[in-house]
Amino acid sequence: MTARIVLQQADITRALTRISHEILESNRGSRGLVLLGIPTRGVVLADRLGAILDQIEPWSGAVGALDVTMYRDDLAKNPTRAPSPTSIPEDGIDGKTVVLVDDVLYSGRTIRAALDALSDLGRPRAVRLAVLVDRGHRELPIRADFVGKNLPTSVEERINVRLEETDGTDEVTIE
Amino acid sequence: MRHLLSTRDLDRDTAVGILDVAADMADVATREVKKLPTLRGKTVVNLFFEDSTRTRVSFEVAAKRLSADVINFSAKGSSISKGESLKDTAQTLAAMGADAVVIRHGSSGAPRVLADSGWIDAGIVNAGDGTHEHPTQALLDAFTMRRRLHGNAARGKDLNGLRVTIVGDVLHSRVARSNVWLLGALGASVRIVAPATLLPMGIEEWPVEVGYDLDEAMDAGPDVVMMLRIQAERMSAAFFPTAREYSRQWGLDDERAARLPAGSIVMHPGPMNRGLEISAGAADSARSVVLEQVANGVSIRMAVLYLLLSGTGEVGA
Amino acid sequence: MIRITGATLPDGTRSDIFVANGRIAPPGTPTTSIDADGLIALPGLVDLHTHLREPGFEQSETVLSGSRAAASGGFTAVHAMANTMPVQDTAGVVEQVQSLGDRHGYVTVRPIGAVTVGLAGEQLAEIAAMARSRAAVRIFSDDGACVHDALLMRRALEYVKTFDGVVAQHSQDPRLTHDAQMNEGVLSGELGLAGWPAVAEESIIARDVLLAQHVGARLHVCHVSTAGSVDVIRWAKARGVNVTAEVTPHHLLLTEQLAAGYDSRFKVNPPLRRDDDVAALRAGLADGTIDIVATDHAPHPVEAKECAWDEAAFGMVGLESALSVVQAAVVDTGHLNWADVARVFSAKPAQIGRLDGYANPFAVGSPANFTLYDPAASTVFGIEHLHGKGVNSPYLGRTLPGRVVTTIHNGYPTVSDGLLVDADIVAATAEATHG
Repeated sequence: MTARIVLQQADITRALTRISHEILESNRGSRGLVLLGIPTRGVVLADRLGAILDQIEPWSGAVGALDVTMYRDDLAKNPTRAPSPTSIPEDGIDGKTVVLVDDVLYSGRTIRAALDALSDLGRPRAVRLAVLVDRGHRELPIRADFVGKNLPTSVEERINVRLEETDGTDEVTIE
Repeated sequence: MRHLLSTRDLDRDTAVGILDVAADMADVATREVKKLPTLRGKTVVNLFFEDSTRTRVSFEVAAKRLSADVINFSAKGSSISKGESLKDTAQTLAAMGADAVVIRHGSSGAPRVLADSGWIDAGIVNAGDGTHEHPTQALLDAFTMRRRLHGNAARGKDLNGLRVTIVGDVLHSRVARSNVWLLGALGASVRIVAPATLLPMGIEEWPVEVGYDLDEAMDAGPDVVMMLRIQAERMSAAFFPTAREYSRQWGLDDERAARLPAGSIVMHPGPMNRGLEISAGAADSARSVVLEQVANGVSIRMAVLYLLLSGTGEVGA
Repeated sequence: MIRITGATLPDGTRSDIFVANGRIAPPGTPTTSIDADGLIALPGLVDLHTHLREPGFEQSETVLSGSRAAASGGFTAVHAMANTMPVQDTAGVVEQVQSLGDRHGYVTVRPIGAVTVGLAGEQLAEIAAMARSRAAVRIFSDDGACVHDALLMRRALEYVKTFDGVVAQHSQDPRLTHDAQMNEGVLSGELGLAGWPAVAEESIIARDVLLAQHVGARLHVCHVSTAGSVDVIRWAKARGVNVTAEVTPHHLLLTEQLAAGYDSRFKVNPPLRRDDDVAALRAGLADGTIDIVATDHAPHPVEAKECAWDEAAFGMVGLESALSVVQAAVVDTGHLNWADVARVFSAKPAQIGRLDGYANPFAVGSPANFTLYDPAASTVFGIEHLHGKGVNSPYLGRTLPGRVVTTIHNGYPTVSDGLLVDADIVAATAEATHG
């Protein structure tokens, strides 16, 4: 099956810029904002969002990473995964607005695991979700607050997100 | 990882991988909720044919932090009975549905026998077997050294270039064996110092340098000095004349400890014989990382249990 | 009269063999005929070192089960070691063991007498009584334990000489092998198993050959396992010491590397040694330094082996596999030819044990004890090839050459077409033969 490009570098940048504005708007500024990327590509996207936010207005929030490996409900069904580091701000997440950042939203199970992981780290004021691509097929009552692109897909199709930092190129393909 | 029986089976990347997972586990200990749901519904059995409260508790804490159910099964015989046989015990545990068995046994190779037997399908972790190996001890030692060497930037790194001196009863030490293989895999250079009576035959084939003189070894300025415990029963078996002579020749006393370079650390697998292989001063000095070793033990055992019990048995990317 | 057609004798000639009235007969008119085309006729194998375990350890082996194992391996005589319970240290016990062997009839069972009372190494057993009993014991051994006390060993050598007997020494210095588990070397150090140094064997052999020379007695060295032991024995023979030595099939084929997996089937006393030792043992057997092959067949119940290595019992069963292992280790490798095998596994052990009837096995008038063996066969050795009570064979799952097709003991078949003849039939035939 051949891959079809659905987002190119400029599209990705544009989507992230739009999401940044939406985040600032809904949070009324960057105060108390914590962006937590879900490894691997969610962390890259969170870093980029942080950089864009910083350009838009003086940035007082924080960017980190939240590994959800230990909270997954499919650990026994897949080969063993090596966990990635979790990093949260020095002063924790209590009372903050946490925006979870991931590349693709699909079944919702990763986000379910992220919510569990988050609750073991503290008690945020609110939790939001930003994703580059929402491909549908949810298996849990979870939705994204900020979406780069909605991509209706069939279950047989594969969405590949490639980013400069991890894959050497910026593109989203469907195959 | 199916079992952890020996550090001999670990190559550099696997070993570094375990240390990396352990680093993540160590972070859990600093959080408010010191628990992960990862191994919910899994049963870990601590099968101890020998007493070792320290090791057992360390595995117990590790398993509980990962939300596994823990059963402590002491199979030690009384002075009259020989204790339950390995086979009967294994079959009992299999019937109870154990997912992992952490085994401490007085006989070298007992964990391997259990893993190969077909009596039980669980993952087997060697928690010390006779005078063979104690792989989680070596892993926690390596973890401790790596933290000292690389601090928070340790992820992905090995122990390349580190100079480690191991002193004492290598002949009877499972800790020494596991450390020698693991440190070799991680790129450290190992020097062993002991009287010839406490060195195994064929040690010249090991990937180590061997010497008899502790003072000479101290003057070489090692990064790590690991003191091994002298068991009481060696005193009466002509391995050395008296405890006093041993202590003078091969004990880490205050004077020897003071001669170590500033950044060097002193390790001991515990429990220590203060005044025999290590002086109280050296054991409690700022160089001593004995308590760090204990804390790191939990992280390493969490990592091992996670790698054994999650997944389908294959290691993914 | 039985006629065996077309068998190849050990010297390579082809010949028909006639058997009548329990003996090799001149050509005549046969009532039955056995086709031995392609098979080697070897004299009945004589094992100088067998543990039959009865009386006392019948859960491990009995005289009957051990005799069946022996017959299936091509043996017609075995020497039963003394470490039974009660120990074979009195005339009563040795006579009992011998009569059990006679009654079952698969092989000739020759009891070995203990050197010391209860194998305790303290006081000589009633050697004269055993030698002059119906069992006519000629080999004395504390096997399993070493006659360690030098003075006691000297006395034993001297005293046994009185009855044309021989002391078969289990050469193992007990102090040097305290709690020992496997050959001492690089591997034992890595595995954390207490080492069993070669010198613990060699030093006892060196002492014993000097003692034997000093008192002018015969010495037999059991299960030689090291290159150094071969050197010591070669030196002793050159000095004219009256010493004979045995090697087991497993020490001719297996090495200590097999201990690496802690599989206790490979735990044996003396332990498996290094490649160099195996090479020296093969060469020693080929040049006559080592006189014979003996099995040290040591059956154990499964629970004695289903445990950690240092909790497991020492020993391997070996009767059923012995000839195949000898073929693999020293015949197929060119060290021995079949005439040599006949010597080291039949004529010479019979001579050491003073067992009559094996000097000219295929001569007319000799007792008909022989086995027909197919050296071209090849089998994956399995439980189904074991006929004693023990399944502690180190060869399970290994491909071994050769197959025992027929065994004739005192003129009647104990193995026929590769299958053991029924125990009742063998016992009845044996009784008729004894008269």
